[in-house]
Amino acid sequence: MAVLLLAELNGSELALDLTAKTLTAAKELGEVTVLCASESCTEAAEQASRLEGVSRVIKIENPTFGNGLAEPLADLIVSLSEDYDHLVGPASTYAQNILPRAAALLDCMMISDISGIISEDTFERPIYAGNAIQIVKSSDSKKVITVRTAAYQAAEEGNSAPIDEMSHDIANNTSEWVEDRVASSDRPELTSAGIVVSGGRGVGSVEDFELISKLADKLGAAVGASRAAVDSGYAPNDWQVGQTGKVVAPNLYVAVGISGAIQHLAGMKDSKIIVAINKDEDAPIFQVADYGVVADLFQAVPELIKKLDEIQ
Amino acid sequence: MKVLVPVKRVIDYNVKVRVQTDGSGVDLANVKMSMNPFDEIAVEEAIRLREAGKAEEVIAVSIGVPKAQQILRAALAVGADRAILIHAADDPHVDIEPLAVAKLLKAVVDEEQPGLVLMGKQAIDNDMNATGQMLAALLGYPQATFSSELNVEGNEAIAVREVDGGLQVIKMQLPGIVTVDLRMNEPRYPSLPSIQKAKRKPFETRTPEDYGVDISNRLEIIKTVEPPTRKAGEILPTVGDLVDKLQNEAEVI
Repeated sequence: MAVLLLAELNGSELALDLTAKTLTAAKELGEVTVLCASESCTEAAEQASRLEGVSRVIKIENPTFGNGLAEPLADLIVSLSEDYDHLVGPASTYAQNILPRAAALLDCMMISDISGIISEDTFERPIYAGNAIQIVKSSDSKKVITVRTAAYQAAEEGNSAPIDEMSHDIANNTSEWVEDRVASSDRPELTSAGIVVSGGRGVGSVEDFELISKLADKLGAAVGASRAAVDSGYAPNDWQVGQTGKVVAPNLYVAVGISGAIQHLAGMKDSKIIVAINKDEDAPIFQVADYGVVADLFQAVPELIKKLDEIQ
Repeated sequence: MKVLVPVKRVIDYNVKVRVQTDGSGVDLANVKMSMNPFDEIAVEEAIRLREAGKAEEVIAVSIGVPKAQQILRAALAVGADRAILIHAADDPHVDIEPLAVAKLLKAVVDEEQPGLVLMGKQAIDNDMNATGQMLAALLGYPQATFSSELNVEGNEAIAVREVDGGLQVIKMQLPGIVTVDLRMNEPRYPSLPSIQKAKRKPFETRTPEDYGVDISNRLEIIKTVEPPTRKAGEILPTVGDLVDKLQNEAEVI
């Protein structure tokens, strides 16, 4: 079986962690060719070629592919699809925008957000925000798949797969990129961070959310937020963890002032260790937490920061 | 310009979903059903476009069991002008797949020629996040998925998309497909007179055969199971105990 893996690119940069985790899933399906397509992606292609399990990298540099617009990228994938049985990408906003479009052009059904591979045509995926798991078997000639990266370990580096440069002239007259509004941050990226500290409605204000950020920085963690905190305007939406936000599975997840609504649990319950700090001892978050502290977060978090200072 | 808004009937988002023990699916008996929350936002945005004079007519369409007419009535009650129900299933457990839904919607678009299709980014039952992209592909239209802001000017739309790193702004030619994210707007509630008025709005029922579309599924559902559950751990008396456990037991810091 031959697999085409759509590498996730932010402009010219490879999203290494997402791509490496998707690769781990793709390797189970067959021989993996990684597609890097952007305005310039020489370095990204080289990085991808170093990932263990990649047999070939296709590099296509063209400004049309530079901003991840779905229309030209779906056409590109379709034009390359003949040689592959599986078309795979991460279940990110990048690939989830592109791959269903490619699937429809190929008259294939989309199989989104798989969390397990049973066989080359049978997959496990969460439905109802992770409240149920469905096993589905595809009868399509090609399987178009996005992968829940939180369910996989990242493939290691140490390979040197060949890079084939190709050119492709695909026009896009219907959509154009205007601008990216990306918040720059020195913190690790939410979906790939080893530690995540999230705040909920209990934090109470955008000013007090600083306390969550402070704890996160102390732990070298990414900052997350519950939907309630985002809806209340305490945190930006790209920090949202949950059914309607990002799905994370770090080694350590610290939930502060988060009650633990089903929708939030859907985004973090696969974390290795979960810590909950909440003053309500009946909060549902304690039912999934490995360690809980029933306390006012405005006392507990500063104390925690102080204790971490002492041991560092 | 006409705006087409596809809406799906799903288990209400407040209901705790129960998986049937025989693995056949989720329990839908006596469960409250509602309009997919993302679709509610799409309906609201379409009505706002009409109120702003940027659209003339809002058409709601649903594909599924006859009872899906309830959510179409809800769309009419908040301001959609007419509704189309495509009766594609009798058993509520049958989920028409996004590819088949996109094919049916393409047939509706061919007939109605809307300038814009506004729809939810995903349905909260199958979580596939695919129908809008697939419809755009079949029509050869541009797409703005996961949008939280939309500006329509003439035959162009500017959309702000919620992407993983932040926001992306794109411009697209109409006709086009916009899928909406949660923060685009807050849907209104229907007033009592508007609920009454909705009963007299045009309501059409069609079948997939009317459109000549094959809706057979490509994915066979082998089984549906409960997700693995986590056990509750221990409640620690102090923050100091927490640090100790994280350092010496879990070894994560």
